[in-house]
Amino acid sequence: MIFQDYENEEHFDEMFDDEGVCREHYQQFKSALDQFSKKKLQQLQETTDKAQIAMGMTFNVYHDNKGVEKILPLDILPRIISKSDWVTIENGLQQRIEALNLFLQDIYNDQKILKDKVVPKDLILSSKDYLEPCIGLTPPKGIWCHISGSDIVRDKEGTFMVLEDNLRCPSGVSYLLENREIIKRAFPRLFESIGVQPVSDYAGSLLRMLRYLSDKDQPTVAVLTPGMYNSAYFEHSYLAQQMGVQLVSGMDLIVENNKVYMQTTKGLQQVDVLYRRIDDTFMDPLTFNPKSMLGVPGIFEAYKAGNVAIANAPGTGIADDKAVYAYVPRIIKYYLDQDPIISNVPTYLCSEEKDRKYVLDNIEELVVKETNAAGGYGMLIGPKATKEEHAKFRKLVSDNPRNYIAQPTLSLSTVPTISKSGISPRHVDLRPYILYGNDIKVIPGALTRVALKKGSLVVNSSQGGGSKDTWVLYD
Amino acid sequence: MLSRVAESLFWLGRYTERADNYARFTDVNFNLSLDLPPGMKEQWEPLIAATGDWDDFTKRHKDFTRESAINFLAFDTENPNSIINSIKQARENARVVRENLSKEMWEVLNDLYHYINTAAKKKIWRKEDPSDFFRHVKESIQLLNGLTYDTAPRTEGYYFTRLGQFLERADKTSRILDVKYHVLLPSVEDVGSPLDFLHWTALLKSVSAFNAYRRNYGTIMPSNVVEYLVLDSKFPRSILFSLSNAEECLHEISDSRGRSGFSNRIEKLIGNLRSDLEFAEVSDVINFGLHEYMDNLQQKINTLSEAIFEQYFKVKPNYVLEEQSQ
Repeated sequence: MIFQDYENEEHFDEMFDDEGVCREHYQQFKSALDQFSKKKLQQLQETTDKAQIAMGMTFNVYHDNKGVEKILPLDILPRIISKSDWVTIENGLQQRIEALNLFLQDIYNDQKILKDKVVPKDLILSSKDYLEPCIGLTPPKGIWCHISGSDIVRDKEGTFMVLEDNLRCPSGVSYLLENREIIKRAFPRLFESIGVQPVSDYAGSLLRMLRYLSDKDQPTVAVLTPGMYNSAYFEHSYLAQQMGVQLVSGMDLIVENNKVYMQTTKGLQQVDVLYRRIDDTFMDPLTFNPKSMLGVPGIFEAYKAGNVAIANAPGTGIADDKAVYAYVPRIIKYYLDQDPIISNVPTYLCSEEKDRKYVLDNIEELVVKETNAAGGYGMLIGPKATKEEHAKFRKLVSDNPRNYIAQPTLSLSTVPTISKSGISPRHVDLRPYILYGNDIKVIPGALTRVALKKGSLVVNSSQGGGSKDTWVLYD
Repeated sequence: MLSRVAESLFWLGRYTERADNYARFTDVNFNLSLDLPPGMKEQWEPLIAATGDWDDFTKRHKDFTRESAINFLAFDTENPNSIINSIKQARENARVVRENLSKEMWEVLNDLYHYINTAAKKKIWRKEDPSDFFRHVKESIQLLNGLTYDTAPRTEGYYFTRLGQFLERADKTSRILDVKYHVLLPSVEDVGSPLDFLHWTALLKSVSAFNAYRRNYGTIMPSNVVEYLVLDSKFPRSILFSLSNAEECLHEISDSRGRSGFSNRIEKLIGNLRSDLEFAEVSDVINFGLHEYMDNLQQKINTLSEAIFEQYFKVKPNYVLEEQSQ
């Protein structure tokens, strides 16, 4: 009875309900796990850690001079999602991405939503993610956000809510895929009998989507990476390898006559589709940041001329600005005339006076986020922060309100996780991945990020979080 | 194939081969020292001199002790050619082109990298007998070579890796022979003595040639050893064999296999060098001076490397200086 000491405090637990009764979709898992001893589980966990190092599944941590490479710890106990919950998530994300894509097309072209004052004009035009060079552009097939990964959490009642939309090169999908390989080996029989939807087709779907963006029969696709010192380099290399396409860096590419070429041992070879993992403004020093050495001079002109497709399209970042996030429910209503299937977390916009006053008065209770930062950087968790930090963020917010939003501190749901004392509840979020090509497809699985420290709510890999395999059941 | 990727694969081949050779000759010198007559000091200086890093060594070490030499050759992170640095570089090169390697190849190399780092932390060079370490390095690289041979498709990338490997091997075999030039015998009379014999044997063993050599020649004769390691066309670690194979790789890369002559400057250079060796007599080598001959060869291999860079790896810089972009 490995779960007998498991205490799921006052949060929503994915496995046990408030009475401590195992939820239905976890029952088969529970009876299988009850056969394991604590020691056996610890051993499996150790083997998993070693497997990750041997596979070189490492990422680089910024601001950390000691070890350049780290692994993202993988907790062996999977997070299981029932079929019915998954259908909600799938529909909700499809709806959201469809609306955000229409929003992007609109704000770079007719700007109807701004003219109708559904979203304040200033909010968009003042954002540094709104890229003027993209005005008047329609990307190939009208798709802006080809690859996205929204972060979803569950509140106390177990309701799913979108916490963030990640529309600019979200990372982590390689962990989703590799985690599955490792966990399958850790629980082979259980995995087989429980009926888990496969995720292995991701690379194939990604490649089909990228090829769809070109009108050529056999387009040349490549993954563009900032290089091996980027924190997600492992993933760039992994995806290129899984798709069987070239992994290129800026220095491998050259633009001639508005066409993009790779420099090969046999001369120049044209590239038709780029899955870029470089930020918008680093892509082309001629159009954007002149100091960027990572990008390719002239690539934006080639893109404008229709000679290369870029995923995600330049300019997409504006749609995951955290201030725009607050308007997503209204954006869905505006373009699709539907109510959002998955709601937002209540959000205070510091740019609006009433909200700002509330934030400044209640900063101890709130989570304050920078509107265009990612990876858990530039963030304040009010209840866990010191007085000095509160004061610092009050000043930051007052000086630059447009750059901050605030949300109530959420009680993220918990999942049983291996800990020193056996199995304990740890907070998780959920990042499913969505591909937008000829249709909008949500991969039946997700990266579950877990805060491995007791009580911690920060799940970011750069801040000491780990991950879990996520099992979406057939029924 | 991308020029950058080709270059990384080339260096992957060179660095793993370098680490393998360093492990080989360090280990053999260590074993040799066990066979020395009492009172004879073990000689580490010749080895350091032959690697070409004598200046670097003497900057940081007073004496050529076993500990300092093994540390320098295997674990010194400031020595760019040490085993630890070669494997680190090989792994970095593999990491940037990982999508071009089989999973197994990457895992063996990655594993070796972690193994060497652990050994460095344990200060293996202080151990009385560090030969397990060198054996593991050699075996891992042999495993890697075997995996490459058995799993890598025979496309450009494979030939760039092998090209790097064979050029490096030609260079290193020439340096191993050069060790003998730097080794000091106690007196002139010792030429041809059991001690001298021991040295030549150690040299053959370091390139796994001892048995093959004996089948060919029977007894140990310096001129025969030189002939075997420089001019033999069948032994896979001889200089001629290495250069012939490097030449074949180049023809595969330029799609000119089976044709005589050359299709670019590199092929002309290597064809020239290979035929020089092919038609040379061992007396030519010895009369020219073994050390001088090896020195000359090493320079020609460097010229070749530069020509390969010019032809295949050099990319046009695509960035524009800031002043121009404004």
